[in-house]
Amino acid sequence: MSSYILIRLIGLIPLLLGITLICFIVIHLSPGEPTDVLTALNPKASEMAREKFRKMYNLDKPLHIQYLIWLKKFIMLDFGNSFSQDRRPVLDKIFERLPLTLYLNISALILMFLIAIPLGVFSAYYANTLFDKVTTFFVFIGFAIPSFWLALLCMYYFGVVLGVLPISGIHSYNFESLSFAGKIIDIGKHSIMPVTLSVFSSLAGISRFARNSTLDVLSEDFIEATRARGLPERSILFNHALRNSLLPIITIIGLSIPALIGGSVIFESIFSLPGMGQLFYQSVMMRDYPTIMGILVIGAFLTLIGNLIADLLYMIVDPRVRL
Amino acid sequence: MYFSKKNLFLYISLFIILLFILLSIFAPFISIYDPTHINMSEILLPPSGQHFFGTDELGRDVFARVIYGGRVSLLVSFIAVFISISIGTILGLIAGYFKGIIDAVIMRFVDIMLCFPVFFLVLSVIAFLEPSIMNVMVVIGLTSWMGVTRVIRAETLSIKERDFIIAAKVQGLNNIVIIFKYILPNVFSPIFVSAVLGISSAIIIESSLSFLGLGVQPPTPSWGNILTSGKDYIMFAWWLSFFPGVAIFLTVLAFNMLGESLRDILDPKK
Repeated sequence: MSSYILIRLIGLIPLLLGITLICFIVIHLSPGEPTDVLTALNPKASEMAREKFRKMYNLDKPLHIQYLIWLKKFIMLDFGNSFSQDRRPVLDKIFERLPLTLYLNISALILMFLIAIPLGVFSAYYANTLFDKVTTFFVFIGFAIPSFWLALLCMYYFGVVLGVLPISGIHSYNFESLSFAGKIIDIGKHSIMPVTLSVFSSLAGISRFARNSTLDVLSEDFIEATRARGLPERSILFNHALRNSLLPIITIIGLSIPALIGGSVIFESIFSLPGMGQLFYQSVMMRDYPTIMGILVIGAFLTLIGNLIADLLYMIVDPRVRL
Repeated sequence: MYFSKKNLFLYISLFIILLFILLSIFAPFISIYDPTHINMSEILLPPSGQHFFGTDELGRDVFARVIYGGRVSLLVSFIAVFISISIGTILGLIAGYFKGIIDAVIMRFVDIMLCFPVFFLVLSVIAFLEPSIMNVMVVIGLTSWMGVTRVIRAETLSIKERDFIIAAKVQGLNNIVIIFKYILPNVFSPIFVSAVLGISSAIIIESSLSFLGLGVQPPTPSWGNILTSGKDYIMFAWWLSFFPGVAIFLTVLAFNMLGESLRDILDPKK
């Protein structure tokens, strides 16, 4: 089993290289130069100053050399300094934002699976009945409503009309003065809307997938055999069918992470949450190249970790893989 | 495929899609108002017999804007999907047919692209280019072909073992002819399903880009940017964001239901 994990880890290296290469290409094929941003606000910036910037950031070297220089620094975990006013190291900026984004996305992911899998399994069991149709429609609503619009409506209704939920930030102004339990409740209250909405908007994919996968398993002979043995339906569905239908569902955990992280740009902007998505949006608007590249790589890296976790879970659920 | 209650979802969704397509094509004949005509004496009027969907903060007719916006939103998503389907299909066919090193390279490339949050990629590219209709279409197309490649490759792998392909090879036909004349027609149904489902995601991506100010730029109306400009008036002029929101919702829902129904109908296993 440990050799299997080792092989998987080694397999990640070419993927990581590819990820860095694509980030680099995406940024450097774009028109305009980073020096434009640095000097745009300062009309007095002379050609000499631009030249100095180019030298400082190695922009005067050919592209493949630039890539190698960047990669070498990147391996040493030096992402360079941000182009924004503060000029702080990119890695520091990302890491102070990452915990919030991780917290929100992991909560969303867990909640999503707790809701989507039972919905999908029951939809499959009661396929083509009213229950199935209603759930299908419900999960599609979540997918089809533009999430930012729904978020604004909820903010208006729960935050302004009812006044029961906070509408921005991750904690209140008096956060520091709260007791430990009070702090947890405060953060919890602030995360209800963003987490629920991001779950609602991505429910469709997984619950439909769970439904189709369970439908396939339910039509197999061994299910008929367990029924013939007189096992109760509950046991057939959860002990025998679910164990098999879970396998394909697990593999899409990893695949659903990029969508969640991507969605955090929207939710973090709407709810003014100081996470990685918000930082990414700010960096994009300021053309802060080093930060954009840093976040792109870290975002992709999180997906790789997600895929790895999915693989490990797969081994736990399916003993055949362990052999 | 026959008319039955079972296919009810299919007919409803086809009806909605056709309705929106027709409204977009015949927009100039349906609405008497110009979607960009500013009329400061008629600002923020609620829906009435004269302005079905009311007017916006610049006195423009919201009904006209939603219909003309549909033109842009549907065009953007159709072309984006055309691009992603073309790339996805060609790469999938090549990977599945030639196998070996070509297949390995293409599929690793797909794996790498799938690691990126698509929305991050789209945002970074759009921000560097300028957000025009053209760029939005191309960037959405270039970042959403990976799923199609996986599906088409898997189909190609199984088709290429079938007897008629072996017969074609024995005849000495060249690979390109075999791929396009014999394999392509047989992978048409998964292509079609992916395209239909892809359109709904493209509409959603366009509206999210508009929300961040990086989608189709005003004054050209798109569902995304009408909805976005209406969001500031959500508390006292609900009609500004309600109608474009409903248009996006219905279209995305319809394309999704159509895609799912087609998948069930075209899948020979069921």
